[in-house]
Amino acid sequence: MSRKSLRIENLHVSVEGKSILRGVNLTINQGETHALMGPNGSGKSTLSYALMGHPNYEITDGTAFLGDINLLEIEPDERAKAGLFLAFQYPTSIPGVTMANFLRHAVTNVRMPDRKEGEDLISMRDFRKELKQKMDELGMDSEFARRYLNEGFSGGEKKRAEVLQLAMLQPAFAILDETDSGLDIDAVRVVSEGVNRVAKAQGTGVLVITHYQRILNYIQPQFVHILYGGKIVENGGPELVTTLEREGYDWIRAKYPNEAQVEDELESTVLTS
Amino acid sequence: MSTAVATPKPKVLWPVNFGEFQKSVTSEPEWLKDARKAAFEQYESTAWPTSKDEEWRRTDIRSFKLSAFELVQPSTPPSLDDLNAVGPLRDALAAHYSTGIVQIAGQTTQPADSSKLGQVTLTDFQTALATHGDIIKKHLFQTVSPKGDALAALHAAIFRGGIVLYVPKGVKLEVPLYALSALTSTHRVDTSHTLIILEDDAEATLVHDLATTGDSKPGLHLGSVEIVVGKNAHLKYVRIQNWDDQTWHFSRERAVVDAGGSIQWTIGGLGSRLSKVNQETALAGPKASAQVNGVMFTTGKQHLAYFTRQDHQAPNTTSDLLYKGGLSGKSRTVWKGMIAVEKDAQKTDAYQKNDSLVLSNDARADSIPGLEIEANDVRCTHGATAGQVDPEMVFYFQARGIPAETAKRLVVEGFFANVYDRISVEPVRESLRAAVARKLAIGKS
Repeated sequence: MSRKSLRIENLHVSVEGKSILRGVNLTINQGETHALMGPNGSGKSTLSYALMGHPNYEITDGTAFLGDINLLEIEPDERAKAGLFLAFQYPTSIPGVTMANFLRHAVTNVRMPDRKEGEDLISMRDFRKELKQKMDELGMDSEFARRYLNEGFSGGEKKRAEVLQLAMLQPAFAILDETDSGLDIDAVRVVSEGVNRVAKAQGTGVLVITHYQRILNYIQPQFVHILYGGKIVENGGPELVTTLEREGYDWIRAKYPNEAQVEDELESTVLTS
Repeated sequence: MSTAVATPKPKVLWPVNFGEFQKSVTSEPEWLKDARKAAFEQYESTAWPTSKDEEWRRTDIRSFKLSAFELVQPSTPPSLDDLNAVGPLRDALAAHYSTGIVQIAGQTTQPADSSKLGQVTLTDFQTALATHGDIIKKHLFQTVSPKGDALAALHAAIFRGGIVLYVPKGVKLEVPLYALSALTSTHRVDTSHTLIILEDDAEATLVHDLATTGDSKPGLHLGSVEIVVGKNAHLKYVRIQNWDDQTWHFSRERAVVDAGGSIQWTIGGLGSRLSKVNQETALAGPKASAQVNGVMFTTGKQHLAYFTRQDHQAPNTTSDLLYKGGLSGKSRTVWKGMIAVEKDAQKTDAYQKNDSLVLSNDARADSIPGLEIEANDVRCTHGATAGQVDPEMVFYFQARGIPAETAKRLVVEGFFANVYDRISVEPVRESLRAAVARKLAIGKS
């Protein structure tokens, strides 16, 4: 299988008329692990939502390709079928829809992208077996499969459920949006192991969006990027994480005064919204 | 000295030839003839509902022409075509339940299998009148008053046929029974009366479908349901209204539950052009309880109005009402609920909730919860929500590869899940789920 890449070029994104991303360039090849860091309001989540196709995020310029598929021209469900996965920072609760039912529909659609609406879902027997195995690996009680998706889940349970979905959907590319936030250290380890297992088996390209070094001890990136003021201003290796951990963002601020100004505007927007 | 001024009788908007009707029921006992006569007098002295009446403020029946329907002459016996037409409806019920009764326009076309009933009676009104006359006499019109309004009075005067379930003291029927009240393309009027009586310590489950077969044509159901649940008796009653979209549905329904007794009462409101239903539960003895479930789904120009009451008349009684409605097209639902707690009904625990999912910009749901509490040591909660399918939910589904249309369908089905979860008659959950899915497919356009 040839390795695909996720190529983002000069991406500009606005939300409610406000320009957030101002020319993001990033290429991830399958099998690679990247970390995207940056202060609050720098646009990290905007990048993930825009790539997944949330209707509130308007692409004003630039391109995003997964292999030779132009992501920006297709619906979110088609992006998922093309092999893109986003583990949400705040997954929505879906009352009345069990996790098993939700995932059976998801797995069917992603694995059989040409299936017509109304045709059979994947076999219940095989699905259950696979789901149970993946839940065991993530240390989840099988009772979760019968619960309504994310309803009444704790923060940690939601994150685990996101990684379970990742494990079931086996995407070509996975974006983990602050998957470590709200997790204790043991949960970070379990969830990270889950991500690594999928990445290793599927050659998934992983983009870890995070504030903290912690999760990067478990999901070790070869490439680290710093998003600042709506642009990726620094590209490097794991040493960038150490630098940020030690020195914070002050040096970035000093080095990129134009972006710092944008960052200040964006941050004030975050605070007032 | 004052001069007595006779109150002028209101003009009868829709005159009914009661004399003609009486000729068709000459074999009925005198007490019933008298009751009908009194009810007809009530009808003639009661004004036809208008938008000035609270319960009709949001429910406009000016386009309902009573004269379009034959009420006084008995309808012809159902033909073989009629029988064939209701076959699939009956089979769908017969597959899940022990035995049942089938009626077309209030006339029995298939009686229940008595060998499966034991000491229980499930039969039509005329037969019950002959075999259990005293019991019918004791209960008829005692729970639902003919004085409710002009339609209630008219029903009591001219009702024809109906279904009677009678479970004697101490008899517990484990298997669920069914009843099918059908309208067909040739039989378009059903004025039947439903009477359910569980004596003390009795138990039973009845699933009652109201449905049309054949082409949609103007139809009318002018009905009533009276339910009596004795001490420590337990009833599950499911009533799914699925008439076609040209049928007018007027129904007054009330249950009285005695000490220690319980009712689980599930209502489905899927069909009809316009429905106006009063569904009331009275908890008349200590520790009586009621669980009331409602599942509505409207499409096109349907209008469904429900007025519910939870009357707490004795201490330590509980009631729990959950109505859920989905609306598409230009349809409209009205729910007005009332929890009424009498002075002596201390330690009442009452709950009412109505949730609406509005699937189109032209649909409208009105929810009006209400409380009237005279006791001082009670727990009463109520609530209502109305909203559209959350786009964030749809996006979440899409992000997992599920197309938006499927996502919306699953969200709507999920919306009803917590009311299905309460219904303990398993096949009913499935049939409601299937009915809502069918309506959802219709309402998509």
